[in-house]
Amino acid sequence: MSSPSPTAGTTPRLRLAGIRKVYPTVVANDGIDLTVEPGEIHAVLGENGAGKSTLMKIIYGVTRPSAGEIHWEGERVEVANPARARALGIGMVFQHFSLFETLTVAENVALALPGRPPLAELTQRIAEVSEHYGLPVDPRRHVHALSVGERQRVEIIRCLLQNPRLLIMDEPTSVLTPQAVRRLFDTLRMLSVEGCSILYISHKLDEIQELCHTATVLRGGRVTGHCKPAEETPQSMARLMIGKDLPVCEHGPAATGGEARLQLSGLSHASDDPFGTDLRDIHLDVHAGEIVGIAGVSGNGQQELLRAISGEERIAEKFPVRIGGVEAGRLNAAQRRRLGLCFVPEERLGRGAVPSMSLADNAVLTAARNAGLVRGGFLSFARARRFAAECIERFDVRSGGPRAAAKSLSGGNLQKFIVGREVLQTPRLLVCAQPTWGVDVGAAAFIRQALIDLRNRGCAVLVISEELDELFEICDRIAVIAKGRLSPARPVAETSVEDIGVWMSGLWPGAEPLPAEVADAAA
Amino acid sequence: MLRLEARAEPSRLMSWCSPLLAAVLTLLAGMIIFWLLGKDPLQGLRYFLIHPVKDLYGVSELLLKATPLMLCAIGLAVGFRANVWNIGAEGQFMLGAVGATGVALYFAESDSALILPAMVVAGAAAGAAWAAIPALLKTRFNANEILVSLMLVYVAQLSVSWLVFGPWRDPMGFGFPQTAMFHDAALLPAVLEGTRLHLGFGFALAALAAGYVFINRSYTGFKMRVAGEAAEAARYAGFSARRVIWIGLLTGGAAAGVAGMAEVAGPMGQLTDKISFGYGFAAIIVAFVGRLSAPGIFLASLLMALLFIGGEQVQQYMNLPSSISMVFQGLLLFFLLGSDVFIHYRLRFGRAGA
Amino acid sequence: MDGALFTNMLFATVVAGTPLIIVALGLLVSERAGVLNLGAEGMMAMGAVAAFAVTHATGSPWLGVLAGLGAGMAMALVFGFLTLTLQANQVASGLALAIFGVGLSAFIGKPFESVALPTVPAIRIPFIADIPLIGEALYNQQALVYFSWALFWAVLWFLARSRAGLVLRAVGESPAAAHAIGYPVVLIRYLAVLFGGAMAGVGGAFLSVYYTPMWMEGMVAGRGWIALALVVFATWRPLRVLVGAYLFGGVMITQLFIQGSGLQIDFPSQFLSSLPYWATIVVLVVISRNPNLIRLNSPASLGRSYRPDA
Repeated sequence: MSSPSPTAGTTPRLRLAGIRKVYPTVVANDGIDLTVEPGEIHAVLGENGAGKSTLMKIIYGVTRPSAGEIHWEGERVEVANPARARALGIGMVFQHFSLFETLTVAENVALALPGRPPLAELTQRIAEVSEHYGLPVDPRRHVHALSVGERQRVEIIRCLLQNPRLLIMDEPTSVLTPQAVRRLFDTLRMLSVEGCSILYISHKLDEIQELCHTATVLRGGRVTGHCKPAEETPQSMARLMIGKDLPVCEHGPAATGGEARLQLSGLSHASDDPFGTDLRDIHLDVHAGEIVGIAGVSGNGQQELLRAISGEERIAEKFPVRIGGVEAGRLNAAQRRRLGLCFVPEERLGRGAVPSMSLADNAVLTAARNAGLVRGGFLSFARARRFAAECIERFDVRSGGPRAAAKSLSGGNLQKFIVGREVLQTPRLLVCAQPTWGVDVGAAAFIRQALIDLRNRGCAVLVISEELDELFEICDRIAVIAKGRLSPARPVAETSVEDIGVWMSGLWPGAEPLPAEVADAAA
Repeated sequence: MLRLEARAEPSRLMSWCSPLLAAVLTLLAGMIIFWLLGKDPLQGLRYFLIHPVKDLYGVSELLLKATPLMLCAIGLAVGFRANVWNIGAEGQFMLGAVGATGVALYFAESDSALILPAMVVAGAAAGAAWAAIPALLKTRFNANEILVSLMLVYVAQLSVSWLVFGPWRDPMGFGFPQTAMFHDAALLPAVLEGTRLHLGFGFALAALAAGYVFINRSYTGFKMRVAGEAAEAARYAGFSARRVIWIGLLTGGAAAGVAGMAEVAGPMGQLTDKISFGYGFAAIIVAFVGRLSAPGIFLASLLMALLFIGGEQVQQYMNLPSSISMVFQGLLLFFLLGSDVFIHYRLRFGRAGA
Repeated sequence: MDGALFTNMLFATVVAGTPLIIVALGLLVSERAGVLNLGAEGMMAMGAVAAFAVTHATGSPWLGVLAGLGAGMAMALVFGFLTLTLQANQVASGLALAIFGVGLSAFIGKPFESVALPTVPAIRIPFIADIPLIGEALYNQQALVYFSWALFWAVLWFLARSRAGLVLRAVGESPAAAHAIGYPVVLIRYLAVLFGGAMAGVGGAFLSVYYTPMWMEGMVAGRGWIALALVVFATWRPLRVLVGAYLFGGVMITQLFIQGSGLQIDFPSQFLSSLPYWATIVVLVVISRNPNLIRLNSPASLGRSYRPDA
């Protein structure tokens, strides 16, 4: 339920007029007008690439607008840098946190505060704020030891200590369990009642409907509409956001009785990364003809699990990982590909693709053997180009052709290319991490459909995603990862978003009871 | 106000013009230096640019100087492409010279035609072995290859010094720190009558050709490039990081070793404690100025050889220390790194977005 | 070992370790800000030659040290301009600086090659210099030796206790995050690089004005590189720099004492001279074999360019 809208007629807290931001390749913002009243929770809604983040960075002084005016409480201001923004009373919680891992919570907070509060006094104030707003966190701990949810709390506390009158939240719920989202919303409503305005950036329509008083919708860098979310439906807001109805995937029933293509039997692995998560006794089977999804808050062992499956991280014993029935634990990534494994990693530029290389070269990256792009130790440029061209055509990749550099593509198109490259190798097992993260709605639907089609052709598919809606849309079975442990996989029909949300804290039936602070950290 | 604006895509044109721009700026800076020293800038320029190549003999000397640079630089380029920073080519060069000298001295009585090939193999093997130390320590213990390979340069220099002052000193050499002169079977034949240009230049050209094919056409070269551009992508694709390090260092070491062999079996004709004039370090600059590509390295070696010879010339005729060529080498790399900014940025006047 | 020999060796060890301490602490500060400057050897060489020339001209070692400091900073400024303003690769720029500095110092120093400076008298600290065995070794030293100790305490305090040090560490760990909360990342990095250059210059000045005291091409003899290795060995912590520098000083001095002792040992002097370089390699191996140690302690942004988007 949304709290009553604040009274109109006062001076707006923030007013933007004709904001424009031009980058060498794109116009990120074009003539944007926006007004935020005191105490208002104002949603900025739009899909990836609509220009939301750029707009917020302009308000917070991280980037400068090419044109346009910013009015703060009735006066025109230049926000030259974030320090100026904070002096005005603007705070921002970034999607990718701006915290320093090797410093303590208190040191992180101290860095963002003006003046030089003694650490002891600061620790006291942190305790007060976290008490008042229900944001528990220990000021003496190092940030690298905190879960993602805790880090977000640190960011919020850091903003609140400066008594902001406008708080910008950039996609804050993408790292939270459904329960933690509830708690965050309580905190935000409390702030709103106290008179703090909130700019809430999201593409999640149900959340906006639940929390926000008003919404401004962006598409392609322009404002395409204003609305009161309480009076809209998710469908009507979606039409404003993408200009058409949300695409729906075609999803037939899963084939049953397929052979097991991926078997993890008691996989345990201590992470190499001192800030990483150790995997503990993971059991999972993925069969031909099904899509298994793994949900969970990021930082709970997804990266480590993916690396253990892909072979980027080798494990000492060969038994706990079987691919296509073959013991694969000690094989490297290239050897596992020969067993029919294909893999779409979470990071596209720099891992899934080499940014400076052409799409043809990037085809060679993983398809060299499966698609015969190497002959007698030498590259076959013609074959690589042909393969890349086919991938571009079949997967509708908007690009400058096979010779275009990977980094010249938009995130969505590059993801389509990478998915296409892996799918065209006709894998027996496809592992896909965050298939649609940062991808626009049209491309996301395309990618999801491609995964479903692959499953229908008898491939085993494993998807790891932080988007619960996505997992429920395409998966046949869902498991949850929390603190390096994996829950049993449940058929989608036998579970619900609420159940999975509870599991994300590590509390699934039959789970070993976790110590309280570990359970808390998982959230 | 002047400011830099990011280009949408790196400029291919600038990536080739930047070395030229750097060369021109180095020349300008050089003229300023001559002027500051109270010397005639044009005269100085003449000694650097024109004098060395005024006749065929001059050109042959230029190619002779360029030979070790080409060999070292193409070997380094293979590693640099993969972000394997072998800074110790200077030491690997010396070890190559030592290896070849060992063969020459051991078979001093023989005039078999196999001696030269054996010297090449020994030089390459010794250089590669020296480079294998940082490779081993990097792959086994993660020790920084820049510092290890660099430390080994000092060790190599001291080892050469020990050999020529000690066990290998020419008993007939009046106590000079040098070995006996090699006999004819251990000397590389001249390729141009009446000059000192020897077969080693052929090795250099062959190495450039092989380097070109390896870097641009081979699957292994592709893996090296991926490892250099994006280490995570290489890991994702299953390319072995250790193999990349080994190949990068061993190639650089072997090539530098052959260069060292060609130096003792070519113009020197013996091993002395001043075997290298900083070729191994200059080759680092050559590799960068040549854009880590074979054709570029060919041209950059000629430019660098010109700087070396020019330095000797101004020492002889203008009474300036020959270390001025090192100053120019450093300036060249500075200007290159500075000009490279225009590959990714363009210069604009006025305020952002205006 | 008799007492006088011990005192002599301790004295010499402290002297040999001093330039390493000064240079390595400077490099440590710039690396904690995320900037890897491999040009230490060149900055030291320039510091050494500038200090020598000025001392020779004015007769004042203090002016000489100041000149060395200025020369080191000037070199660091060039490096900073390339890497911080023009975003050039830090590794390549550092190498260029090393090659350029060694070359330019040789060029400038040519006229001074046959000149010697008078020895600068030591400063004796009353009373504590009379402590048996160690007093003469530690408290009857050159001014720059005392300076190196003061520098150590200053850097220790700066990094661990001061707000500015906290900001510097934050910039070294995540320049993007530091920029996002409003710190002038490029300016802070410039200051750190300049400090590193200044200290490298002073370290070089110590070599040419106090240690030898003379100028010779190549006299830095890899100390700049050893100082870089020392920072890794120290896992970016000042106390370990101090310990490491004296360990190295000890290795250098021991081999010199053996060479000079007239002991009839059948071991070529060149091999003894190469001991410090082998020691550097061994030390790197020992410290690097635990990757977590490096990863946890090294500044996360070390060696990476950062440019705030406009």
